[in-house]
Amino acid sequence: MIRLPRFSYRAPRSASEAAAILAGEGPDAALLAGGTDLLPNMKRRQQTPRTVVALRGISALRGVRNGSGLTIGACSTLTEVVRDGRVRREFAGLWQAAAQVATPHLRNMGTIGGNLCLDTRCTYYDQSLEWRRAIAFCMKKDGTTCWVAPGSPRCLAVSSTDTAPALIALGAKVRLESAGGDRLLDVADLYRNDGVRYLARRPDEILTEVRLDPADGIRSTYWKLRRRGSFDFPVLSVAAAARLAADGTVESARIVLGAVASRPLVAADAAHALRGGTLTDGAIRVASAAAAKLAKPMDNTDFTLHWRKRVAGEIVALALREIRGDDVRPDRLRLARHGLDSAGI
Amino acid sequence: MSDGRFDLVGRPRRRVDGRGKVLGETRFADDLTLPRMVHMKLLRSPLPHARIRRIDASEAEAHPGVLLVLTGKDVPGEYGILPVSQDETALAVERVRFVGDPVAAVVALDEATAADALALVEVDYEPLATIATPEEALTTPEPRIHAYGEEGNVHKRAAFEFGDVEEALAGADLVVDGVYSYEGNTHLPIEQHASLAAVEKDGHLTLWSSTQCPHYVHRALQKVLDLPAAHIRVVATPNGGGFGGKSDVFNHEMVAAKAAILLGRPVKICLTREEVFYCHRGRHPVKMRMRTGVKNDGTLVGMTLQTLLDGGAYGSYGVASLFYTGALQTVTYRVPRYRFEGCRVFTNKPPCGPKRGHGTPQPRFAQEIQLDTIAEKLGMDPAELRLKNVAEPNSLTANWLRIGTIGLAECIRRVVDASDFTGRHRKLPHGRGVGLACSSYLCGAGLAIYWNKMPQSGVQLKLDRSGLVTVFSGATEIGQGSDDVLVALVAEILGIEPSDVRAVTGDTDLTPVDLGSYSSRVTLMMGNAAIQAAERARALIAEAAAKRLDIPRERVGFGGRRVFDVEDAGRGLAWREALVAAEEMHGTLGTVGSYTPPRAAARFKGGGVGPSAAYSYSAAVVEVEVDPATGWITVPKIWIAHDIGRALNPVSVRGQVEGSVYMGLGEALMEEQAFRRLPARLSGALVHKFPSLLEYKSPTTHDMPDVETVLVEDPDPAGPFGAKEVGQGPLLPIMPAVSNAVYDAVGVRIHEVPITPDKVLKALDDRARGGPGRYGPDGFPDVEWPEALRVPPPWEGGDGNATNDPERKRAAKLEKVKRT
Repeated sequence: MIRLPRFSYRAPRSASEAAAILAGEGPDAALLAGGTDLLPNMKRRQQTPRTVVALRGISALRGVRNGSGLTIGACSTLTEVVRDGRVRREFAGLWQAAAQVATPHLRNMGTIGGNLCLDTRCTYYDQSLEWRRAIAFCMKKDGTTCWVAPGSPRCLAVSSTDTAPALIALGAKVRLESAGGDRLLDVADLYRNDGVRYLARRPDEILTEVRLDPADGIRSTYWKLRRRGSFDFPVLSVAAAARLAADGTVESARIVLGAVASRPLVAADAAHALRGGTLTDGAIRVASAAAAKLAKPMDNTDFTLHWRKRVAGEIVALALREIRGDDVRPDRLRLARHGLDSAGI
Repeated sequence: MSDGRFDLVGRPRRRVDGRGKVLGETRFADDLTLPRMVHMKLLRSPLPHARIRRIDASEAEAHPGVLLVLTGKDVPGEYGILPVSQDETALAVERVRFVGDPVAAVVALDEATAADALALVEVDYEPLATIATPEEALTTPEPRIHAYGEEGNVHKRAAFEFGDVEEALAGADLVVDGVYSYEGNTHLPIEQHASLAAVEKDGHLTLWSSTQCPHYVHRALQKVLDLPAAHIRVVATPNGGGFGGKSDVFNHEMVAAKAAILLGRPVKICLTREEVFYCHRGRHPVKMRMRTGVKNDGTLVGMTLQTLLDGGAYGSYGVASLFYTGALQTVTYRVPRYRFEGCRVFTNKPPCGPKRGHGTPQPRFAQEIQLDTIAEKLGMDPAELRLKNVAEPNSLTANWLRIGTIGLAECIRRVVDASDFTGRHRKLPHGRGVGLACSSYLCGAGLAIYWNKMPQSGVQLKLDRSGLVTVFSGATEIGQGSDDVLVALVAEILGIEPSDVRAVTGDTDLTPVDLGSYSSRVTLMMGNAAIQAAERARALIAEAAAKRLDIPRERVGFGGRRVFDVEDAGRGLAWREALVAAEEMHGTLGTVGSYTPPRAAARFKGGGVGPSAAYSYSAAVVEVEVDPATGWITVPKIWIAHDIGRALNPVSVRGQVEGSVYMGLGEALMEEQAFRRLPARLSGALVHKFPSLLEYKSPTTHDMPDVETVLVEDPDPAGPFGAKEVGQGPLLPIMPAVSNAVYDAVGVRIHEVPITPDKVLKALDDRARGGPGRYGPDGFPDVEWPEALRVPPPWEGGDGNATNDPERKRAAKLEKVKRT
């Protein structure tokens, strides 16, 4: 068995207590929510924090609350998110994203805040210490070269969170709390296109909640491409959200690609092309092609990068067809390998 | 059992080991603890190929909690599973050959300390040039990965010709020539290998280990530790899956044993998942070229096959794997003339060996796709083409394999009916398709891996006045259900319940030798031995009961836990009374049984791989949906028929069939033991691409389609009550059936596993550009083949000997003289 390295464990009872600990510890502390990302990474020595600050004992960080829209505590498990009727009814894209994270067991432990802060992934990086030693390490941890593209000045590890693209498409915000105060940030602004410093969160900040404005008729969807019907991180994902007028005219639209860069990519041109028109096959084709252009996958996830690039437009088209109201359940079944309904039960 | 009617055989029953496994009570190797037990970790090479200049373990030895550090010089004895490939040492002696090759062992009071101390062992390596592919191995004779083998990095070559194939192909109406490639993949047992070694109070060494072959581990330990066999005990703990991955002899077993002897304390090691990928011994990547000639009516006239196996860094079972790639093509269909040429090379990767189907899935993939191509070119139904060529029962093949019963035609008919193959093949809308493929597998290798004339399986029974029957067998329960077969056969013959029988298995101190749970040998070999032992016990009890009941022995029946007069069933003895009578008459009761497979018909050198007492057969139809825009493949349903001879426990048989389909589908669609080289100018690294359960893709329950299983039962006289194997055969047709179904769906041929969406798209692109619509290797590498051993097929006047092997001929003549 691979054992965890030694660390000191802190279990604050409130977010402010946790923030105070972070303020004292600096970047050597790591936040622990469900642990499904951090603990395996620690076993592989990808992260070796001196102090682990557990958020699980802070009950205020759990639960989904009504207000103007929806507020989801960052430590709500993905299962709790999936089982929430309001999420399912009003924010289908988020529901579909959360329902496709990993496996039921991991969703029972993993939290929405943890999924948003998920470490970027790379097949040169998500390996044991011994394996990484055999390649003389990489830029993201203990080394200097990005083996995905040895000429690259920055790390190309992949943003692999499912919920972030969905939340960005929905225009969600997150609250970041620190000893010095708190701030609200668009989820879109939480990320940077750098595999090492992929979060705009400062080390002393805690992501405490996710805020969604009222759905107000916005339709949303999330499509995840991965090898198997369970376990796998996305190799490409597409989140879309749009408001359609009664006659089908697109009043607003957002398309977000996941897992093709170190951050989720907002396909603004593609969305812009849809605005003011209806979702005809032709319009979907144009928007899909425009969105797919953004996808520049590298050879550091499952599947070949050429194939991931090649099929991006097809997946965007599926998302837009679902927004249009097409019955895409058979396509969903083939791609996801199961109806998502089973995820919520 | 009485009057040939079965009480247990053929009835679906709960397995005897089911309760323990479901309740978590089964004690696997890593569950074992002993007082004063300490823990071991292995330091593995970070370099793919290097000379070890120096190892400094002093800092590790001084680390608090560390008890012992071992390096290659402490356990220098060479070993290997095959007598011809004694090329391994427990820890590297002066050379490492792949990333993951064990270099040193640290034993400490706890596992974390041992792991920490590994980092303190300093190893000074001198890197050597590496070989990543079989093509490189062929063209790079230096540096040699091993000093033995044929030459350069060629481990072994083989060539046989059974009749003049070129003449046969010249007379064919159609010859299809194709090259195919099969990626390597690994067993992925859920239980990671673990071992516990201890010197017990009598001074003897005991090794508990998750091994499929305690007898072979026993032999290797004698050699490496230089101890008398009688002072070593190997206990095979129940395996949490094996699939061939625990049938070799492993470094950690040797080192744990050595450490336990040196320390006088029990030493435990449990491998990490990553280490299991390095132990490997899994499916060889194989490149193949196959040519098949047919008449216009579909009759096969001849076939040639060339295989090139990427062996990895050590021999393992590889020589056998090599011969198996050429052995079984003739067992399904009558191939009048056949030539096989094969070559295994060394590369700087974890060693390949036997995985479920051992060496035969790769050529089966080529053959069944090629038949599909032939059927299309001839305008024949693929099922009809196969039915026309099905081998004859009780016949010899061109390569001198003796076939007994063959239920292949029935399997084809049943699976075609169940799936409406004929009604749907070439008739489904674009994007949907069905594919058919068949296969065969042996029921136990005819020869042991080391030459001997002793039984390959022995069984002992102990019976006493308590009513309990204890059955002892060296066979190992690896999840396949061998304990259940053993208990059920004994209970059936003695007319008692499985709960009246206790199995003691896989323990070299307590149980008679059985070669192990590999080559689908256990049901047939152990089963026959168990039947012999149980019938001998039955005879003893019948004699005593006959006397007690005052009836002739022939009238004594066994059933319902009674021993009775078959002409007056009310008159009889309860089982315990019968045992008391038997113990009074004969004294302490005990019997033995043993099994040795029949002698092979082949007499030529190399003819020892392939012969078996019986062959199982399977036919499968796979349905696919392929999205032409993405290449995405969905498998909604699989139908499979398996010729089991007789199903001893149908629920277990179906479980094995479904498990095989599952594993086959993983190989067909996603599994790859793939490696990565970094840019040569920056790094010499050659690493396993993803040694983890997450990134080595194996199907989940969501990826598994419905499977409809049909059991075809035609009892084979060689099997216990007619039973044949089911552990491996049903895997074989899945991969080619998927490829054939993809062709039916979108019209492209994928000649390489795994069959992935990107390959489908590339083949579709190829077709769109006016190409043949194919994805696969461009050609077969240049191999310098040796002169083939020429063995005339039985119908061309042969006697099973090669005509151009004078040495062999002389030996045969001498033997004949000796016999007369």
